[in-house]
Amino acid sequence: MLLEVRDLHVEFRTRDGVAKAVNGVNYGVDAGETLAVLGESGSGKSVTAQAVMGILDMPPGKITGGEILFQGKDLLKLKEEERRKVRGAEMAMIFQDALSSLNPVLSVGDQLGEMFTVHRGMSRKDARTKAIELMDRVRIPAAKERVRQFPHQFSGGMRQRIMIAMALALEPALIIADEPTTALDVTVQAQVMDLLAELQRELRMGLILITHDLGVVADVADRIAVMYAGRIVEQAPVHDIYKAPAHPYTKGLLESIPRLDQKGQELYAIKGLPPNLMNIPPGCAFNPRCPMAQDVCRTDVPPLHEVDDQRVSACHFWRECLNG
Amino acid sequence: MAEPILEVSGLVKHYPLTQGIVFKKQIGAVKAVDGVDFALDKGETLGIVGESGCGKSTVAKMLVNLEKPTAGSIKYKGEDITALSGRALRTVRRNIQMVFQDPYTSLNPRMTVGDIIGEPYEIHPEVAPKGDRRRKVQDLLDVVGLNPEYINRYPHQFSGGQRQRIGIARGLALRPEIIVADEPVSALDVSVQAQVINLLDRLQTEFELSYLFIAHDLSIVRHISDRVGVMYLGRIVEIGRDAEIYDHPTHPYTQALLSAVPVPDPEAREHRERIILSGDVPSPTNVPSGCRFRTRCWKAQERCELEVPLLAVPAEFRLMSGPAAHDSACHFAEEKQVVPPEEPGRQQEEAGEHGNGPG
Repeated sequence: MLLEVRDLHVEFRTRDGVAKAVNGVNYGVDAGETLAVLGESGSGKSVTAQAVMGILDMPPGKITGGEILFQGKDLLKLKEEERRKVRGAEMAMIFQDALSSLNPVLSVGDQLGEMFTVHRGMSRKDARTKAIELMDRVRIPAAKERVRQFPHQFSGGMRQRIMIAMALALEPALIIADEPTTALDVTVQAQVMDLLAELQRELRMGLILITHDLGVVADVADRIAVMYAGRIVEQAPVHDIYKAPAHPYTKGLLESIPRLDQKGQELYAIKGLPPNLMNIPPGCAFNPRCPMAQDVCRTDVPPLHEVDDQRVSACHFWRECLNG
Repeated sequence: MAEPILEVSGLVKHYPLTQGIVFKKQIGAVKAVDGVDFALDKGETLGIVGESGCGKSTVAKMLVNLEKPTAGSIKYKGEDITALSGRALRTVRRNIQMVFQDPYTSLNPRMTVGDIIGEPYEIHPEVAPKGDRRRKVQDLLDVVGLNPEYINRYPHQFSGGQRQRIGIARGLALRPEIIVADEPVSALDVSVQAQVINLLDRLQTEFELSYLFIAHDLSIVRHISDRVGVMYLGRIVEIGRDAEIYDHPTHPYTQALLSAVPVPDPEAREHRERIILSGDVPSPTNVPSGCRFRTRCWKAQERCELEVPLLAVPAEFRLMSGPAAHDSACHFAEEKQVVPPEEPGRQQEEAGEHGNGPG
């Protein structure tokens, strides 16, 4: 395994109380593999990624337990200085909002070049050449001229390409993409996802794709981890999960989206709201919204049941869910 | 067919670009909406889809009179509302209400829910006499699925989905005939989106509403709409019944748009043809001559540069009756199925697919 997150716990200590954002997450990615982490806002999908990257705001955040093994080393035991060498060079992140993640007063060439001057000790001139190469690689037209331009002079799709270029600069082994196409229009989203998938294949990188879009996941992922209230409720190969979900939350999500290829009747709607992380319900966190909930769900936290050797579900009644 | 409740023709909105401070002179215009025609029947839902910057929200704003059109007419029951003012305008506006996209910024944080939903009655006091308003607001809360006892709470005490219900209740307060909904669910989580869409569906039957539903999510638009119009750079390029547009698109832009939508079905990735458009949408200050899509179109020829295609049933389909015969503004329109037909081998077993690289 390239990256393995084991029993990760993250809390946020705020004035109003402790928000339990991540409550025992386990997942792993291999080289060349795409893991999609699916969840709604507040499910802990981004916080987990930030902990892996080491960019979690601490305080108020606090990692209260677990291990993050990257190429065998536990990142949580590294000093900040060693951690910084990993970040950017070995693993990189692509953020949702390229406009606010790029520096508005530096040209894109300077920002791309910075990767090489800081991490590789290159001269500014060589770094500039590298920056142009990278821009070509993510298919930004007229890279030579545009390298001098500033982020606001690029369209949304082009900016996201620059983010991808920056992440790829040092050819990291792992890329974490946090909602990389959510802010983009569909036709541009398709261009960007295609590019990302192609580069990933070419460089045999591990990719963690964080998203709430079940359509994007179906298009590119090999495996999916579905998160709810800071836990993974189901993890499985992509084909299995769409064919027959083994957790009522996954099932509800799949049934609640309207489809392009059919005119539906009334949509299935998961009732209620996602829980408040300061006050997660006892037992299974999904029980107040679950159509299958029984007494045991209100008292016992479901363990991760092994559905088969590639698949886990955190539901007491995964068998029933799978069969109906 | 009866007269449509709303008829828009030749609608144009240009925002002038000026140079100079004292002597302003116009040097160009942002052509946000550049000639839009459509009609909305009673009880019908017309969906408008398009990417950001195509002018769909500007159309919505003109319908509810938040923007004055540069040219064109908006006829409500045969009467052009762009020429109205004063009392006559107010009466019309009562019947066309809007639901906004962002439930976080469209509700005043300093007003209670009761005041927000009841505010329309201040402007149109004839709808509800003062003593009756509180009860009316509570009824509305009940109708949109919120507890009527929440009437004294503030917006921040509600979740996104609940806030959107408040926005919908406000839109319903004056019992309008038409609701213009601009991206009403795009700020919501997936599991909450379905609740709000179902609510809109139910309200339409209950109050005999006509919807103009604007969104960028093609799946949601299909779900809720009877007819769909596709906009590109200020114009409608194709319009028709939902099955005509989704299953038998004839305009290349619609085909590209539909083929780019990720379908939540991993089996589809192998046997789906994708049309990936190159480049970005041109700037609305500098619209290409002829067909405005030609700069990204793989079919573009000289004719497209010279001649603006009209929104009409293309000549090759004019004699046919069938789903392909609908309005499409393309010189080289041809039918192409890009969305895989329903359940194509979704049940088919195929083994050993796991672990392959992304397809």
